[in-house]
Amino acid sequence: MNWVNAVIQGMLLGGQYALIACGLSLAFGVMRIVNLAHGDLAVCGAYLGLVLSSVLGVPVWVTLPLLLPAAFVAGAALQVLLFGRALRHGVLAPVLVTFGLSVMIENLLQVAATSDPRGLNGGALTLASFHITAGITVSWLFLTAFLTACAVLSCLQVLLSRTSWGRKVRATADDLDTARLVGIRVRPVFATVAGIAVATAALAGVFIGTIGTFDPQAGTNTLIFAFEAVVIGGIGSLWGTLVGGVALGVTQVVVGEVNQAYAVLAVHLLFLAVLTIRPGGLFTSHQAAAEVRARGVPG
Amino acid sequence: MRRPAVFRAAEPLATVAVSRWSRTASAFTAVCVVVVAALAVVPYVIGGPAEQPLITLFTFIAMASLWNLLAGFSGLTSFGQNAFIGIGAYALYVVALHGVNPFAGIILAAIAAAVVSLPVSALVLRLSGGYFAVATLVVAAVFQIIATLSPSVGGTTGVSVPGLAGYADVLREALTYWATLAVAVASVAGVYLLVRRTFGLDARAVGSDPVAAASSGVRVGRIRLLAYVAAAGGTGAVGALIALQTLYVEPTSVFSIQYSVYMLFMVLVGGMATIEGPVVGALVLFLLQETLSAYGAWYLVIVGGLAVAATLVASRGIWGFVGERLGWSLLPVGYRVRGPAPGAPDPPATSRADPNKS
Repeated sequence: MNWVNAVIQGMLLGGQYALIACGLSLAFGVMRIVNLAHGDLAVCGAYLGLVLSSVLGVPVWVTLPLLLPAAFVAGAALQVLLFGRALRHGVLAPVLVTFGLSVMIENLLQVAATSDPRGLNGGALTLASFHITAGITVSWLFLTAFLTACAVLSCLQVLLSRTSWGRKVRATADDLDTARLVGIRVRPVFATVAGIAVATAALAGVFIGTIGTFDPQAGTNTLIFAFEAVVIGGIGSLWGTLVGGVALGVTQVVVGEVNQAYAVLAVHLLFLAVLTIRPGGLFTSHQAAAEVRARGVPG
Repeated sequence: MRRPAVFRAAEPLATVAVSRWSRTASAFTAVCVVVVAALAVVPYVIGGPAEQPLITLFTFIAMASLWNLLAGFSGLTSFGQNAFIGIGAYALYVVALHGVNPFAGIILAAIAAAVVSLPVSALVLRLSGGYFAVATLVVAAVFQIIATLSPSVGGTTGVSVPGLAGYADVLREALTYWATLAVAVASVAGVYLLVRRTFGLDARAVGSDPVAAASSGVRVGRIRLLAYVAAAGGTGAVGALIALQTLYVEPTSVFSIQYSVYMLFMVLVGGMATIEGPVVGALVLFLLQETLSAYGAWYLVIVGGLAVAATLVASRGIWGFVGERLGWSLLPVGYRVRGPAPGAPDPPATSRADPNKS
């Protein structure tokens, strides 16, 4: 029964990883940018939630209608001011710029908020739980995080496949120059995609902060987990990202059941194993896998 | 095969001379030799107070030159080089524990880091760009966790470097100083000599466009592997030196991502893919650290901000800008064609560097 419980808890945890990862996956799929500050932006979202909920004196969920638009605007602004420019400077510049941004964010948060770990006020939801059977208790908060991840992924899937905006995004992702030729204005497309990516990151940050604690340096590990979920699931596949997140979460909790010290190591090793055996991930398109592989190197 | 063909084609124009070396370069090499010799006698002349800051500077120079070999020349933006700092530091501890002289152990630490980098490269070099960058972060995290989980190397609390009890403090500091100077000089000179070979041209081709490089016959995989392993070995030596300076090896400090941040900053601000740039960047970081380190986190905010600004505004860094203005190439890695202006019958002995002087 313990193991069944561990697998269920792991799947729920995986939902959180998928929620962080989907923005990373989207930004890479469309703009070919691996945002190394993605984890730090999620942590920024958590801090913004902390400020808003303590100023307004309400649980953090109530602040989401303020927080998510703010994160969207911040993401769009970053794209216009920073990432867009970096993309014009060749393939290495975005990597360098987003890493520099990550260093800046972590240390600005350190200055503004000290390195004390913080948690968010999740209201009554934080401690609520229900029993499936005698041995298995599911936290409503974890379940909400998982269902939110599924909802966000479904919304993105529908937006991308059914709307005219989604058609523009897919066209741009497939072939930037041709998309321009047929009259798509690429910059607004990029700005909205970056806005959505950062808004989902901020939403994930709110869940991270409500379920556990966060500090200014938490962004790098958040990024690593998100990235691992993307690669395990397969580049460019949104549902693959959910599977990747669940694989990470289940590994972490099941190994943690045996020995807590090895839980994170096991997650990293799973990632490296997938990279060795199936570099393209579990669900992937050939084109996306080719983008990621070291070009010019066979295999 | 590739390069000589280009220059043989130029030979029939007897008036055109292709050269790499210049008088400026000779003069600068002489200056370098004098500066290194002067630095080598610092422990005798000034002693302790000058040694500590210079050791920091030399460490920066070595780290920057090695990261430049990876990211600047070969296009491999690894942010996980702190893995090899840590591996070098732990390797020094292990060999010193087995009775090897810690100063001789620096070389073994470098070899250990290079050996470890071989299987790592098989994994991370499958990826490119940002994916390669994050994969190297994962690798660094894995090594840090492994060190934390190994009681034989002290686990989370860390270990003191053994084998140094026999040295008086003054001698130990002087030996550390010389070892750091030697590693810094070897890194700069090693990278310079390496990129002057065919490897340098191949690496820059791979860095700017791997597909084009592969299609013109460059063995992309081999070039990446050589750059990665060489940089890992050198960075391992730097890690061993850091262990010798602090006398203590502790996982969170030797695997700190701060080292990777510094490497990125120095190379970007100094000037990528030049030999002089990383040294300039190291000097800038050193001065920033001396003046701003009291401000703690703000110091790193500035470091990150300048790295972003350098990438977007001045992508060739300080040296790219200054060197261009002055027409200097102190340690040239490319070739220059000297010859007559179109139509001029008699070639004046001018170089592209100073076209107005005849």
